[in-house]
Amino acid sequence: MSTAAPPSADSDCAIDVVDLAIRYHGQLALSGVTLKVPAHDIFGVIGPANSGKTSFLRAVNRMDLMTAGMEVSGSVRVEGRDVRSWRNPYALRRRIGVVFPLPVGLPMTIYENVALSSRLRGTRNKADLDVIVERCLRRAALWDEVKDRLDSLGSLLSGGQQQRLTIARALSQDPSILLLDEFSIAVDPVTTMRIEEVLSELKSEMTIVLVTNLVQQARRLASQTAFFLTGELVEVTETEAMFEGAAQDPRTTAYVEGKFG
Amino acid sequence: MFEATERNRRNRKVEGLFRLLFLWMTCMLILPVALILGVLIVRGGPAISWEFLFTRPINNMTAGGILPALVGTVWLVVVALIASVPVGVAAALYLSEYAPDNRLTRAINLAIINLAGVPSIVHALFGLGAFVIFFRFGTSILAASLTLAIMTLPVVIVATRESLQTVPLAFREACWNMGATRWQTIRKVVLPNSVSGILTGVILEVSRTAGETAPIMFTGAAVFMPFLPQGVLDQTMAMSLHLFVISTQVPDVPEHMPFGVALVLISLVLAMNGLSIAFRVYLRGRKKW
Amino acid sequence: MTHAADRRDLAWWIDRTMQVLVLAGGLSAIVFIAGIFLFITREGAGFVFDRFDFREFFFSPRWTPTSNHNPTYGALALIAGTASVTGLAMVVSVPFSLGAAIYIGEFATGRVRETLKVLVELLAAIPSVVWGFIGLSIMNPLIIQVFDVPVGLNVLNSGIILGLMAAPIMTTIAEDALKAVPDGYREAAEAMGATRWQVTFKVVLPAARNGLVAATLLGVGRGFGETMAVLMASGHSVNLPTSPFDSVRALTATIAAELGETAAGSDHYQALFTLGIFLFIVTFAINLAADVFVRGGRRKYRRRGRRPAASANP
Repeated sequence: MSTAAPPSADSDCAIDVVDLAIRYHGQLALSGVTLKVPAHDIFGVIGPANSGKTSFLRAVNRMDLMTAGMEVSGSVRVEGRDVRSWRNPYALRRRIGVVFPLPVGLPMTIYENVALSSRLRGTRNKADLDVIVERCLRRAALWDEVKDRLDSLGSLLSGGQQQRLTIARALSQDPSILLLDEFSIAVDPVTTMRIEEVLSELKSEMTIVLVTNLVQQARRLASQTAFFLTGELVEVTETEAMFEGAAQDPRTTAYVEGKFG
Repeated sequence: MFEATERNRRNRKVEGLFRLLFLWMTCMLILPVALILGVLIVRGGPAISWEFLFTRPINNMTAGGILPALVGTVWLVVVALIASVPVGVAAALYLSEYAPDNRLTRAINLAIINLAGVPSIVHALFGLGAFVIFFRFGTSILAASLTLAIMTLPVVIVATRESLQTVPLAFREACWNMGATRWQTIRKVVLPNSVSGILTGVILEVSRTAGETAPIMFTGAAVFMPFLPQGVLDQTMAMSLHLFVISTQVPDVPEHMPFGVALVLISLVLAMNGLSIAFRVYLRGRKKW
Repeated sequence: MTHAADRRDLAWWIDRTMQVLVLAGGLSAIVFIAGIFLFITREGAGFVFDRFDFREFFFSPRWTPTSNHNPTYGALALIAGTASVTGLAMVVSVPFSLGAAIYIGEFATGRVRETLKVLVELLAAIPSVVWGFIGLSIMNPLIIQVFDVPVGLNVLNSGIILGLMAAPIMTTIAEDALKAVPDGYREAAEAMGATRWQVTFKVVLPAARNGLVAATLLGVGRGFGETMAVLMASGHSVNLPTSPFDSVRALTATIAAELGETAAGSDHYQALFTLGIFLFIVTFAINLAADVFVRGGRRKYRRRGRRPAASANP
């Protein structure tokens, strides 16, 4: 097996994007994105609706393969390797956990939701699965609420619980990268705070890309933040600088100050 | 003001009239059939007995029962299902889960529409030309069932596809994002949540298959067989053809016999359909998300 | 950095295999429809190329394939038989089916609507041989009695039977077409003060026109291809009908009635397959046309969006 691309120079960079453009049915949705996501950190992505944030995430884990009419150009390197050089893109996706705006509890038991990824990879041993399920549910701050009813349907939990279940499921993949897409949209503030705490703990183990509609959430969590606007990357800046008026682009300052969006 | 209410009242009157007219039209489609069913029950009912269902016809089919036809219909349906369900489910999976929006997909859809639309007698000609003659199955259950299978394939495909599409896209996306392959997603999430809908379609196909006559006339159904079929290469009697034969081809059949056969056949078919509908209603009530 | 994970593992291969298998399932539909055309052409080819006379086939009413000295294969009477029965069936059932579809789709609500839909579905399930038997044993004496005619197996009988048979499918498709009209249209019209029937006639029916045409076409296709009911209820005499009380013989019924008595490979046998080819082509055209209308109807309100399944060839 040949490695199609030479490893990236700095191993501190988890995702290295150069000149990324995304089209749906020929229509440009995102263009000119060049950025580096540092490893073991939280990287924020902010911007109004339809600015291309979700498309960006879908390009990272090659969901373009599953989406009719989605074309990606430019390069996206994950851990030094172009994602399009993977012969088995499913294996790439297994390394990348994803959390969606609307929580998706799969219509199976809570236990099976979290055990699914391991089962798909061939883990059959019940004891091993038990350990994984408990660990992931604990880390997603859901264990105490559901430990007595692991056999009930994951799709019938409350929104906040389903979102934490989704996070537990993503963690069960043992990912090196975690992509979160506006996870707090359908979640109450208390749950949001709990999930934010979880994320702060997780960043020592994995790279987290946090797409968010709440600029303050990016401020609380992310070290660096990218600002997307109408299909373009405006800038990537240290988060604190961005919020203290030191953004390079006036539009960024206007957005984080709530003047539009 | 006064004018407006006047017009209002007139409008409401017209509306009521139209409502009645359309209701009447609906009833005109349903009532005759209800009447006919009533006649079948009244005139065919007396023929039905244990003996009628479970003995063989005697005296040139003017007396005795319908056992070989009942058993034959079961044979035909079972073999047809074995042939068509896997193919139909596969086709539906392709169309629902894999097919891109391209010419090939449109061609497949068009082919399915036409399989459903080609006259049953043309299916019969095809079965004769292909299975009986070309593949040398002879007139046999196998040839007849394969003909029926191809003819009813669209029923399975359409029902399965509809059932697959009731599973929300978000579930598939969640699985794909975890690194599940398309097939793993289908097996773990899509199929478990649509299998009952597929079953509903299969029941519907049973009902269609059991009632068909033309496709089996020249491919495997016999006018009269003194024996029950022993295997798929035997010919067999069938309920539908038996009804045709004793009501048109055989002289001196006592009147209650064809009515009895018609009643048994239509009961079988309607029971299957009723089952399928009941199943669907039950499923609708049981939400999993 | 090595990527030991990037292996085409078992799951990848299984996925690939299943993809090929289900594609085969999808392609089978094309194979079957092509196979039908090929095999009936194969059996009928001898007649089509050697014996077939366009003028005789389409313009002569003389279908005498069993004549010893001068067999003729004029299909005009058979075509007329099919056309008269189908035509009467449509006259009977199109208005009623559309009326029923309007009632179910626009007026009925809740449980009444569900019940009616189930009943219509059950009507569609009655096997054609049972319909034929009904024509033979119930309609026949009824027509003789009511109209005082010597024979009750005729265009009228099979037309009514066929109309009742085709009605459920037309009702269902027409109701789908009505349902496809966005509620926004209705609400907009109602907001302007239109009553329900005004909304139905001025807004919904015109908007659903394509779907209603498709429903009618599919009804025609159903009637055109129906075999057993027409065979049993139409009286079975090769005849250019001049009144609804004439007996006729349809194309489909001719094949069903005569194929059993012919020797494989004979002119007569091949001529019956030629009728089959004709039926195949006409129904194919009808279905194609209906499909075009259904698509045309749907395209109007389609919104752009992602489709669930894309082409995936990792």
